[in-house]
Amino acid sequence: MFKITTEVITGAEVREAVEGPDAGAVVLFLGTVRNNTDGRAVKGLEYEAYPPMAEKKMAEIAQEVSEKWGVDRVAMIHRVGKLEIGEVSVAVAVASPHRKDGFEACKYAMDRLKQIVPIWKREVWADGEAEWVKPDAVFFDAPGMGKTD
Amino acid sequence: MNVTVKYFAVCHEMLDRSEEEMELPEGATLKTILKRLEEEWPEIAEFYEVMQMSVNWEYATENTELAEGDEVALIPPVTGGCDV
Repeated sequence: MFKITTEVITGAEVREAVEGPDAGAVVLFLGTVRNNTDGRAVKGLEYEAYPPMAEKKMAEIAQEVSEKWGVDRVAMIHRVGKLEIGEVSVAVAVASPHRKDGFEACKYAMDRLKQIVPIWKREVWADGEAEWVKPDAVFFDAPGMGKTD
Repeated sequence: MNVTVKYFAVCHEMLDRSEEEMELPEGATLKTILKRLEEEWPEIAEFYEVMQMSVNWEYATENTELAEGDEVALIPPVTGGCDV
């Protein structure tokens, strides 16, 4: 399962998508909306995505996980639209025979999602202002325009 | 030839539209689209260091040649997930 959704995410979707009799571990990561950024109060977040490309890139990340850990059971779902404090924005699940591979693969998948999956976050501050979030420079390792010429 | 160009997040906001059809000369590249956008939005050049583009859902460089019906997108720095 690689999906962009407007629906509430519980985590059950991705868990059910990866679980199976050959799994000895299911690692589930849920990203949730925090009530502040660097101390400034946040009212909520808005996410926008480029769904077909985002889902294609998620599938590519699963392929990378398969090549690195031999783990084929990976599921990722990301919500778009307006989210309130505490709601789940993203869920990643990895099922593996042993927990070590599962933990590593889940962390890798989430890190890669933040690098290459076209999704954008807008912070809506408690004081009413809103702005698109600028990421850390460290995440620019995909072939960007700045890397050409 | 005609291509579809999609704008997301800050690009959507700055250009005040989410997509458009663009008629381009044969042999046009992504650079051709950027030059055209620069006329309307000169500040777009400031985003070049961090912005990416895609053609048919795949990241592409500005010298990528375009074909009839291609779906192009301006991809501002991605910020999905959560800050942990």
